[in-house]
Amino acid sequence: MNWLIGAVLFLILAPVAGGLIAGIDRKITARMQGRVGPPLLQPFYDVGKLFEKENVVVTTAQNFYVLAYLVFIALSGAIFFAGGDLLLVVFAFTLAHVFLVLGAYAVHSPYSHIGAERELIQVMAYEPMIILAAVGLYMVTGSFYVAGIAAATAPAIIYLPGVFLGLAVILTIKLRKSPFDISTSHHAHQEIVKGITTEFSGSTLGEVEIAHWYENVFLLGLVYLFFAWNPVIGIVAVAVTYVVEIFIDNVTARVRWQAALKSGWLAALLGIANLAILSYMTIGGA
Amino acid sequence: MQTLLFLILFPILVACLLLFVKRTTLRYAVVALSALAIGGASAYLLIRYASGGAVYFAASSEAADLAMVAIEMALALFIIYMGAKFRNYLAIALAVVQAALIVYLETSFTGSLHAANNLFIDQFSIIMALIIGIIGSLIAVYAVRYMETYHHHHPEVRDRQTMFFFVIFAFLAAMFGLVFSNNLMWVFFFWEVTTIASFLLIGYSETEEATTNAFRALVMNLLGGVAFVTALIFLAATGPASGGIDLARVLASGDAAVVLIPAVLIGFAGITKAALMPFSSWLLGAMVAPTPVSALLHSSTMVKAGVYILVRFAPVFAGTFAGFSVGLVGAVTFVVASAIAISRSDAKSVLAYSTIANLGLIAACAGVGTYMLVWAAILLIVFHAVAKSLLFLGTGAIEHRIGSRNIEEMEGLIVRMPKMAVMMFIGIAGMFLAPFGMLVSKWAAIEAFVQAPFGLVFIAILAYGSAVTVFFWAKWMGKLVTVTRNAERVEKGFLEEPWAPLYITTGLVVAAVFLFPVISSTLIEPYVLAIYGVTAHLAQTNVAIMLLMMALLLVLPVSFFLLGRTAKHLPVYMGGRPATPDLHFAGSLGMTREATTQNYYLTEYFGEARLFRPGAAVCIVLILASWILAGVAL
Repeated sequence: MNWLIGAVLFLILAPVAGGLIAGIDRKITARMQGRVGPPLLQPFYDVGKLFEKENVVVTTAQNFYVLAYLVFIALSGAIFFAGGDLLLVVFAFTLAHVFLVLGAYAVHSPYSHIGAERELIQVMAYEPMIILAAVGLYMVTGSFYVAGIAAATAPAIIYLPGVFLGLAVILTIKLRKSPFDISTSHHAHQEIVKGITTEFSGSTLGEVEIAHWYENVFLLGLVYLFFAWNPVIGIVAVAVTYVVEIFIDNVTARVRWQAALKSGWLAALLGIANLAILSYMTIGGA
Repeated sequence: MQTLLFLILFPILVACLLLFVKRTTLRYAVVALSALAIGGASAYLLIRYASGGAVYFAASSEAADLAMVAIEMALALFIIYMGAKFRNYLAIALAVVQAALIVYLETSFTGSLHAANNLFIDQFSIIMALIIGIIGSLIAVYAVRYMETYHHHHPEVRDRQTMFFFVIFAFLAAMFGLVFSNNLMWVFFFWEVTTIASFLLIGYSETEEATTNAFRALVMNLLGGVAFVTALIFLAATGPASGGIDLARVLASGDAAVVLIPAVLIGFAGITKAALMPFSSWLLGAMVAPTPVSALLHSSTMVKAGVYILVRFAPVFAGTFAGFSVGLVGAVTFVVASAIAISRSDAKSVLAYSTIANLGLIAACAGVGTYMLVWAAILLIVFHAVAKSLLFLGTGAIEHRIGSRNIEEMEGLIVRMPKMAVMMFIGIAGMFLAPFGMLVSKWAAIEAFVQAPFGLVFIAILAYGSAVTVFFWAKWMGKLVTVTRNAERVEKGFLEEPWAPLYITTGLVVAAVFLFPVISSTLIEPYVLAIYGVTAHLAQTNVAIMLLMMALLLVLPVSFFLLGRTAKHLPVYMGGRPATPDLHFAGSLGMTREATTQNYYLTEYFGEARLFRPGAAVCIVLILASWILAGVAL
């Protein structure tokens, strides 16, 4: 029944953890910019307020797609924390993101349309690397199951430094951080208004935010898997990785989509090189 | 055996009957009833033979052999006649070479041209028969009304519908023959019939473009045919070691090196028929044909014959460098064709490139040929047939209604033709989203390639390929679900088209998700087990999760619209400028300017002009490499 506990705990606690991480993120970001920053719980206040807003839509269908986005993001993360198949988790997340994109298409608005196109480019940019990360973890631990990978005693990071670096690059895309926040951004420097979420408001926008929290927790979980042989090092590594991502977010300017796509695909190439060396070594060793 | 013979002969009878049926209503009745009979017989095949292993039937008949040779010669003469008429000398040359090779084979190896059993059936054949029998005949039913409307829209095209339906049913008969034949001479005969049938169907409209494309298809497939005969001659010459022209004995032959050469040659024939690169252009050219033809070629016939033969020979390819090379042709085709699909806005062109890509993936699985990959390949064949036929039929129906098959023109289809849009949505989801079949197979392929030697090359290619796949399908989906304002609903006048085939195929796409554990355990796993002694299957937990996802996908829309709250409607944000609610900027003096949204096609990065040549060049090198490697292995 461990898997059920994992899934339920994720569903209940991930929004809390995700919101707190967002709060810490904003605090650190503010300090990096020489500001005091909002209270730690500000993300919760924001989302809470969104849910009190009037239900305003361009078309009713948009709320459906966003709801489906939230549901499938939560489900995908739950499969991950239940110890399920990592590739299935990856594909389930893709399904969820397609729903968000469809929501943006449904409203038929110039700004969200561009956001949707860019979101798809982002998906295209990160997908190869994330599949390779799953394959890399399999090659080291012999399992596609998160439970099996987490229980492995081999220090995956030692075998997969290239894969991890590649993952760090696309993590920037997935966390919606600069320089790759091309479809929508937490910063105010977007020329496409709010991109993919332009026409979402009130509770619907709140759902997008909660989905984002869920996904961030999953992403940090994925980072943890590379260090899972030692939980202490794992947690430290997750924290360090996240702070580095915040740092990159603050010192870089947003790039064009071409650069985002190239970066994602080059990162995957780095991952492939890593895996090629790894499989060469294992064949040689065996 | 009667059922097998029925499935081969009955469509021919129907074909001949349809030559004399001129009225659409009568034709519809004949086609619908025959479709029922063929579909029923295929289903009976499933009940009768699914539980056992492969069953062989002698079905020996000198007369049949003779008739086949006679028909082959007649077809060669027909090609020469057509080639002379349209001045296509390459087609003539290939037909002559092929005929000469057949004559040589028949005269020089008379002793070794007999298979112990001419017909057989096993689980893989059953799967193919179900695809041909159910999807193929559904397309035939759809075609009756479609062709009526087609001629209404295209008065300039000569009405040759009797010929059209004759060829369609002959095509189905040939496909049945192909998957039931154990005698490779018979396989080759049916193989050639499908080539000619597609030639006739592609050239149906008799325009210059159609004729050119029909000949391109013919020439490329004849090239494969020449390779096929060469393989037959090789097999006949090495009879005792290779097993001769008996498919089962060839596959069971202990002399792997001897069998590899004909396998690679037949594999080459499969590559041409499955339109892998560099032969993809014939399938793209086939778009000029009426849409049911495309649906038929792409889903249940023709290209499926190509991958069928590749998967059949997968055990021979397994573990050889030649097979690896064939697999790489498929993998390169997969990624290049998927990437080119991004740059296409013509719906049929996107579908064609997606077909080529998926056939490439199937070929990649077959070429590497481990048991898990064969399992994945057969799954791919099943799911692709179902989803792709739906998408083609849907595109054809949309084209008749809105007068365009450009994806940009399909914007707001959910408002204009809601039922059609939902069906297209399901079809597209079937092609690339979890928990639908294609994605499941792709996932299975990744897990299988990890365990194959040097599988990393394939994983890398698959990772990029599946990423671009998401892009081009999702943006099409997006166009469909865009809720445009002030658009008129035009679905009503669409009644001239029969909805039934569309509904049934949509049902099949959804049902395939629920049924695939059953399909896998009753048909695919026993087949793989019989060949390899081990079998692959999807873990119970994953099946459960996917069923859960599917259930959620079905429940979510219903619950949303039942429990939907009322919301205040506002116009979209137009940069703060004065605008009308239907995406027009409002200028002074009541003047308005329309704002339109367009998808990204990224032509300068993913255009055909940029990607096709390098992709084709790599594939040519790989094909040559597979021949050299097979030769070296000998």
